[in-house]
Amino acid sequence: MEKRINIIRIGIFITSICFVAFGLYREEHAIVLKKAINICLECIGIG
Amino acid sequence: MKRLIIQITFFIATNLNIKGFFEGRIYQGASKNICVPGLNCYSCPGALGSCPIGSLQAVIGSLRYRVSYYVLGLLALFGLAFGRLICGWLCPFGLVQDLIHRIKVKKYTVPQRLDHGMRYIKYVILIVFVILMPMFLTNDFGMARPYFCQYICPSGTLFGGIPLMISNPALRQAAGLLFNWKAGLLFVFLGTSLFIYRPFCKYICPLGAIYAFFNKYSLYRFEIDKTKCTHCHKCEKACKMQVPVMSQPNHKECIRCGDCKKACPAKAIK
Repeated sequence: MEKRINIIRIGIFITSICFVAFGLYREEHAIVLKKAINICLECIGIG
Repeated sequence: MKRLIIQITFFIATNLNIKGFFEGRIYQGASKNICVPGLNCYSCPGALGSCPIGSLQAVIGSLRYRVSYYVLGLLALFGLAFGRLICGWLCPFGLVQDLIHRIKVKKYTVPQRLDHGMRYIKYVILIVFVILMPMFLTNDFGMARPYFCQYICPSGTLFGGIPLMISNPALRQAAGLLFNWKAGLLFVFLGTSLFIYRPFCKYICPLGAIYAFFNKYSLYRFEIDKTKCTHCHKCEKACKMQVPVMSQPNHKECIRCGDCKKACPAKAIK
């Protein structure tokens, strides 16, 4: 059981690192930054 | 008490742009490239990082992409390390609910069958409001609004909307029906928190729904020492998230508050 969980953990870790790297390559962080540095009118209940 | 101190410390550490509260502006530094683990609105004047649920919707609803590998990857890393410990220890809206629940009034528990059914609402909200609506309900340019933030999220109203409206007269004047709706929802969630433990986390929060998946595999886990357990059920009685601790110590609803560990007379939970 513990071995199976460890295998899944390694799988999740490798996948998530690849996801983050691919997201950075696609410059998704720039979309996140652009949204986060301007007041989000929808979030605060105006937009 | 230790948990409360960590909750408050983490909230302060990730919302250190104090002058934003006085100027009615939000922080615009590069740290907002990165998501914080909890439901911390990026339009909170103090916020130094980005809300993962807002960021997920921002990328899904953007012109260029329909999937956010970056945010999903970060969420998986947070989940893998901590699972729903993030809900219990690092989420600012969880902290607010905890503080309100400390007020001494009669507490209630939602009947088990109703509670069990309502727990699935957060998964529906995750799929419909956070993923499908921003993916498909786009405008003529192919962009979508952050529907969960716009119509549901009480954290944005509490940490973003209210402080900004207090210090920014222009925003105050722009507030209308939508703000009233969101303020009403906030009032309902906070009011309910007086009587029921963390109703937003249990039934509504899409971030909790994501971290729930990782609870079974996260590095931080609970284990029952079966040689010590006396089957007294005190752990389950102490659990305010109504988790079947003895049979499933890593249940998807466990926020790792540690009440079960404190209640166990045999110290069987590690």
